[in-house]
Amino acid sequence: MKKNLITAILMTVTTSILLGVVYPLVVTVLAQALFHDKANGELIIQSGKVIGSRLIGQSFASDRYFHSRLSSAGNGYDAANSAASNLGPTNRALIERVNASVTQLHQENPNALVPIDLVTSSGSGLDPDITPAAAEFQIPRVSRARNMNEAQLRSLIAQHTKKRQLRFLGEPRVNVLELNLELDSSATATK
Amino acid sequence: MTLNGWLQIAFFFALILAVTKPLGIFMARVFNGERTFLDRALLPVEQLIYRVTAVDREREMGWMEYAVSMLLFSVVSMLVLYGLQRFQLHLPYNPQKLAGVAPDLAFNTAASFTTNTNWQNYSGETTMSYFTQMAGLAYHNFVSAAVGMALAIAFIRGIVRREKETIGNFWVDLVRCCLWILLPLSIGGALLLVWQGVPQNLKPYDTVHLLEPQQVQKVGSDGKPLLDASGKPVMDKVTVQNIAQGPIASQEIIKELGTNGGGYFGANSAHPYENPTPLANLIEMFCIFAISSGLTYTLGRMTGSQRHGWAVWGAMALLFVAGVITAYWAESHGNPLLTGTDQRVTTMQTGGNMEGKEVRFGIANTALWATITTDTSCGAVNGSHDSFTPLGGMVPLINMMLSETIFGGVGAGMYGVLIYIVLAVFIAGLMVGRTPEYLGKKIEAYDVKMAMLVSLVFPLAILSFSAIAVAYGFGTAGISNPGPHGLSQIVYAFTSTAANNGSAFGGLNGNTVYYNTVLGINTLVGRFLMIIPMLAIAGNLARKKYVPPSLGTFPVTTPLFSVLLIGVILILGALTFFPTLSLGPILEHLQMASGKTF
Repeated sequence: MKKNLITAILMTVTTSILLGVVYPLVVTVLAQALFHDKANGELIIQSGKVIGSRLIGQSFASDRYFHSRLSSAGNGYDAANSAASNLGPTNRALIERVNASVTQLHQENPNALVPIDLVTSSGSGLDPDITPAAAEFQIPRVSRARNMNEAQLRSLIAQHTKKRQLRFLGEPRVNVLELNLELDSSATATK
Repeated sequence: MTLNGWLQIAFFFALILAVTKPLGIFMARVFNGERTFLDRALLPVEQLIYRVTAVDREREMGWMEYAVSMLLFSVVSMLVLYGLQRFQLHLPYNPQKLAGVAPDLAFNTAASFTTNTNWQNYSGETTMSYFTQMAGLAYHNFVSAAVGMALAIAFIRGIVRREKETIGNFWVDLVRCCLWILLPLSIGGALLLVWQGVPQNLKPYDTVHLLEPQQVQKVGSDGKPLLDASGKPVMDKVTVQNIAQGPIASQEIIKELGTNGGGYFGANSAHPYENPTPLANLIEMFCIFAISSGLTYTLGRMTGSQRHGWAVWGAMALLFVAGVITAYWAESHGNPLLTGTDQRVTTMQTGGNMEGKEVRFGIANTALWATITTDTSCGAVNGSHDSFTPLGGMVPLINMMLSETIFGGVGAGMYGVLIYIVLAVFIAGLMVGRTPEYLGKKIEAYDVKMAMLVSLVFPLAILSFSAIAVAYGFGTAGISNPGPHGLSQIVYAFTSTAANNGSAFGGLNGNTVYYNTVLGINTLVGRFLMIIPMLAIAGNLARKKYVPPSLGTFPVTTPLFSVLLIGVILILGALTFFPTLSLGPILEHLQMASGKTF
């Protein structure tokens, strides 16, 4: 008993050093050397300023931009406080929130059914993507606000639609931040 | 449901089938002390550890000493984790200057990680320093998994050995499992995840200048929106986004491999930094199932009956497939209460119930993950189980109520299913009126009593703790979704902690003194009160003589045995939990279908 207690203490210390300190530091060194950009979170840097991460969504509210999904992370897309809404399927708060979003979205595009991902919040609250359907739905609004024709926007979306990985993994998706950055840069290019 | 969705599920299944044999053989060699290709690198490390920790590797232990060593190690490492959390402000690698964790939360977390549960009443990025994450939480991901595997191997030795008093050396099993199995797989896997985009750094959180500044409601210290004198919400202009960073990949991989499930971030594997791409998602799901599936082969190899290993695997695989089909079907059908939305499958979306799910994973991968993570004792989530449809959310709940024997936690699933096997051959023996035997060992009154003890502790803990929580205000105060769903939230919490799973119906506010304490105790009950009778059976089996199979022996290598095993698992689970399920998810499903909201 006493001998095993001493071993338990020594074992905790030894394995803590090996698995709790050496292991993560070795992985950090290897990761930084082999995949520097990815190991640091795929940050997007423009003229010396960090303006986002390719993996983390941002909120957009004005008509000129494509909008992300709803978010329950902090005040919305708080990447230091990820969270889902955790609203249950029969919770009135969920139904009312979705109904309000549907009513609002119908005003900007009365001709189409609202894609489900556009009125639901994601598991992380930081989902960087929307479905191609949700991007398509927003074309009329962005087109009016930017004075761009819809075909132009449609081809931009097509360029930014990520296919399934290895052709069958996951679902097709559009990265909202990357699409909006492209919108801004193509706007300056045409001026 | 889409063809591509089924294809992904089938592909995952094929991968698991393919890895079972090679990994199973490798693990058997490691625990038998046979030669492996990693020996040249690892033998010196192993010897060094034994020298430092005063372990005599040749000394074998009886079941009691094995149990005591395991308990001592768990207590000591749990105390260290408690201390690390409390004093993290004074320890290195805390660039955000996160304060020490409150005592009740620190207890809950320490109990939860020591027992391989990883229930989380906190959000990683706002609570835990990089050092606590690495040396405290990720460390326990390794050792709690290794403890589970050591116990499973000790049980298998009990079946194999004849007229022996010992079942192995706990310290040797622990160290060899960490060094040969978990560590190499983690280093390789972590780098694969970084390649897919999971960060691995020690820098402070990044500050991003938003493309479009946002007007948001200002929130007071009580968490509610602040209102001005006229009752309008006070608005705040947000121009930056803080992005949490840290040593994520090294923790992510062992969290899946060790079926621990404690997320680096609050959103767990739904977070784009924990799980950035569909391929990363596949790698993680694969890691959750691989070891537990391989252990069925190890069982067959060590007991000299490979067909028995596959018969157990077959029973597990069948229950897994049934779970996936149900969850995928339920989530694809979406939520009929969300009128005016398009939840159909079209060429541009896969529709379904997308609340709490990520676009890159869609319905198929989230339903598949939810099934995998609760078949095993993992509990990592890549979507919000709380927002699943009632029947979709019932699948994870039932998986856990079957005490995670569908592959199960690493090691824990194996010794869990061995208990059911003891009961299954006992029932088969009753039916033909002969003394039951299992792989040449007579199963007698003592073994069956201990097996029953294990299978009674589990529902007793879940149902009595749930009953207390539902009856009193300190329990119901945690409910965030009213109606039958509220009952589901509470039952889910106690099932998850007793089963050492750790996934949650996350809306339940568990960070209260009451829930922190009771859920913490429940994880300890679910782990250690199950392990001790289990080891007692192992010790008792090891002492017995070998009885050669006769005509009256019920063969444990046939599909009939698989069916009997499934029957025992389902009947025990259903008889115990069906009344509770009918008041929770089943009632909610009926209400949802009739358009009722709460």
